[in-house]
Amino acid sequence: MSPLAALVAALAIPLIGALLIAMAGRAPNLREAITLLTAVLLFLAVASLTPHVLAGGRPQLALFQILPGLLLAFRIEPLGMLFALVASGLWIVNSIYSIGYMRANREEHQTRFYVCFAGALGATMAIAFAGNLITLFLAYEALTLITYPLVTHHGDEEAKRGGRVYLGYLLTTSIVLLLVGIIFTWNVAGTTDFLPGGILGDHLGKAATGGLLALFMFGIGKAALMPVHRWLPAAMVAPTPVSALLHAVAVVKAGVFSVVKVIVYIFGVENIAGLSSVDWLPFMASLTIILASIIALRSDNLKRRLAYSTVSQLSYVVLAAALLAPLSIVGAVFHIAAHAVSKITLFFAAGAIYTAAHKTEVSQLDGIGRRMPVTMAAFTVGALSLIGIPPAAGFVSKWYIVSGAAASGQIGAIIVLVVSTLLNAAYFLPIVYAAFFRPPPAGDAAHGEAPIPILIALVATAAMTVALFFFADVPLQLARQVAGLPD
Amino acid sequence: MIGEHLAALQVVVPLMAAPIIVLVRRGAFAWALTMVVSIASLAIALALLVQVREVGVVSYALGSWAPPWGIEYRVDIVNAFVLVLIGLLATIGGPYAWRSFAAEVPEDQHYLGYAMFCLCLAGLLGIAITGDAFNLFVFLEISSLSTYVLIALGRERRALVASYQYLIMGTIGATFYVIGVGLLFLMTGTLNLHDLATRLGDVAHARPVLAALAFVTVGISLKLALFPLHFWLPNAYAYAPSVVSAFLAGTATKVAIYVLLRFYFTVFGKSEIFDSLPTQDIFLVLSVAAMFVASAAAAYQENLKHLLAYSSLGQIGYITLGIALANQAGLTGAIVHLFNHGVTKSALFLLAGCIWFRVHSLRFADLAGLARVMPLTCAGFVVGGLSLIGVPATAGFVTKWYLVLGALETGHWWIVFLPVVSSLIAVWYVWRFVEAAYFREPGPALIGIKEAPPILLLPAYVLVALTVYFGLDTSFTVGTASRAAEVLLGGLR
Repeated sequence: MSPLAALVAALAIPLIGALLIAMAGRAPNLREAITLLTAVLLFLAVASLTPHVLAGGRPQLALFQILPGLLLAFRIEPLGMLFALVASGLWIVNSIYSIGYMRANREEHQTRFYVCFAGALGATMAIAFAGNLITLFLAYEALTLITYPLVTHHGDEEAKRGGRVYLGYLLTTSIVLLLVGIIFTWNVAGTTDFLPGGILGDHLGKAATGGLLALFMFGIGKAALMPVHRWLPAAMVAPTPVSALLHAVAVVKAGVFSVVKVIVYIFGVENIAGLSSVDWLPFMASLTIILASIIALRSDNLKRRLAYSTVSQLSYVVLAAALLAPLSIVGAVFHIAAHAVSKITLFFAAGAIYTAAHKTEVSQLDGIGRRMPVTMAAFTVGALSLIGIPPAAGFVSKWYIVSGAAASGQIGAIIVLVVSTLLNAAYFLPIVYAAFFRPPPAGDAAHGEAPIPILIALVATAAMTVALFFFADVPLQLARQVAGLPD
Repeated sequence: MIGEHLAALQVVVPLMAAPIIVLVRRGAFAWALTMVVSIASLAIALALLVQVREVGVVSYALGSWAPPWGIEYRVDIVNAFVLVLIGLLATIGGPYAWRSFAAEVPEDQHYLGYAMFCLCLAGLLGIAITGDAFNLFVFLEISSLSTYVLIALGRERRALVASYQYLIMGTIGATFYVIGVGLLFLMTGTLNLHDLATRLGDVAHARPVLAALAFVTVGISLKLALFPLHFWLPNAYAYAPSVVSAFLAGTATKVAIYVLLRFYFTVFGKSEIFDSLPTQDIFLVLSVAAMFVASAAAAYQENLKHLLAYSSLGQIGYITLGIALANQAGLTGAIVHLFNHGVTKSALFLLAGCIWFRVHSLRFADLAGLARVMPLTCAGFVVGGLSLIGVPATAGFVTKWYLVLGALETGHWWIVFLPVVSSLIAVWYVWRFVEAAYFREPGPALIGIKEAPPILLLPAYVLVALTVYFGLDTSFTVGTASRAAEVLLGGLR
């Protein structure tokens, strides 16, 4: 398949899949077969593009003008390539998991669920391959809206409230800040294309650059930089597969992906390095890392703990990008993949525990490792990865971020990373300890592992977490290209 | 042959249809003729638009009396665009009216309703096309009087009160306008808008012209429902028959806005008097008030049509904000929103009509769980709502883009955030519908309710589709609007 055809396929497959899933609504087996097939085809299309992009190819596709001079256009560069690979690859696993989870928990409206899921992946692909800010913005808003029915899936009062917070935060930030930032960029630069080295050049003064950066960083609410993080825990009212793929991978990664993309391709790393008006960003990111970890530490609800852990980990990416050092940019890009596989494993495990044991709180997990050894082993792998212990993916990203910080002499960032590592250990390891080494409470209902599809999924992602440590070549190569380093 | 007289036919065709309908006195014939007239209006408007794109200005001397002595019909890109909007919404409303009138208007009044619709159409088209200030007043009265009747046709008795309220306010507005025009005639001796513009520069005494400007501004502002002169609008829209609400919401206030544009930029634009008044600041403040106060009021309405009406007031605020910015981007935003909002709001009113047709209520309490029984209507309504918010890939987004761009060009940061923050209020009121329709259990009012019939749904969906289309492909809307803005700004010194 030619790169252009593969690009078109990657954008079209999820949408066609959504349509077919909707039509197959009355036959659950067919519907779920189509979901799986769509996911596999999407991944194949995306994967077929990888060698081309690694070799320096940049396939592009310009559709039509939305506004004079502003095209709906797609262009694949290494960062988007990696993001698309991660999201589409994990969608396959997540679909297997969803089938197990949705059936075991007898959820309603399953057709709507699968349709919206495919639609969300379509929007994610469009974000990953967006060639300019306006296309990115369009897909970004589409992703917010298409995931709204997923967040409010249960339709009860709690879901409605969570949905309000979700939509309120994401739409407010994107409309009030991000959109203004985009229009401002267009006004001064005369283009919104993503170009290596940035497009702002010396069009803007020092203060205005800092202001514009603030519009983007807080406007991209999906990156959950404090204080615009509240939507993420609120989104946890969704069924676990949604939390796993969307609120650990697709949606939040769309956020930090946009952050990195804007810093690298709109501002240009070299343009803003050393500018005192952008110094607040690493500070805010550090603050988010530490505060979110502390909140995670104090949360007894497992999904809430994972959500705040996500908030904290997302700011790793923001911090790494904001250090503006080439090696830390590599770390930022790699962490998009590393955190994705690790966190999805943790959410899968949380969902497995809920399905098999109907437990949602950390304090209920004493001894659960004896009844669900596979699940808790996978959980441990994910947790170790996020703490940053080899041999797991999280170690690699942390290594690069710290190297970048050291090379550019930013000691503060290193201290933040060390403290956060300790905090990560403090909120993850007690769960592992309690699961394996504490006796189960008396009178606990007997249960075994979750259904097989769920187990397959979480073992697969745990394996990926480890594999990404040993076979990190492709993502690292892509990341080095983003940072402008030789392969 | 016909090509030369297009400008006259634009008004004459619907105007002549009205007496014919009254003579024949048959509902079906009236509907068919209205349909033909509407389509003809759209076709003529499009033909005129094509013409003015080539030649710039089409001037038609009525009765061959050369302007400025005779009445001139003068079409440029600005009013050609408005003519297309009116023709389009009349054409879409036609098929819908058949079932809508049947359900809401007593049968013996059908033909009268259609006659009034044709008159209203003629009046609105006339306002937009004429180049004569007094002729404009005549058409203003034709459209207003027919509108009062159309509103009074509504099923509920409150429609009569709403119509009466509008009659009082509309008459005051028209009177103010004609006083202003009288003063202008006194000072310049001409009624031709184009001629007025050149002669105003030489006027020695400023005070009467100043008074004229004030009278015209207040008069037109009443007709376009500029906050706080809007009190007639919500009830008028809410109690009129569905198709009438839809047509009026998309055209009546929009035509008034066109008149405002014409007076401010073409007529007064060249005169020094214009600069001596803080019109720009006044419009800025009133627009912002509309964008926030009226939109917030929309969120507290219990009736869906009231909600849409208050939302219209807020959206008119966007348009007048663009006018107040008075630069290329801002004015483009205002003109494109005039069109886009007309399409969007008509779609929403048509869908509200679909709901009424089945449920016989538009109160939020009765709409709980509506999406289960009327999924298509509700989905269309959500898409229209997204356009009110200004989500990308809908028509509303285009406006916001240009308004923010226009505000950036003025260099005032606080203005930049006004349109975007106020669109959050739109999220609020649109989501009231979403939560009612999608998240509540259906109540007893919805037992046995089916999806609206295709003849009602289809016209609404054409407009919904256009709402999305004009959000993606803006070459027609933005292309025309930005040229119109150029023409208007060219009228300034």
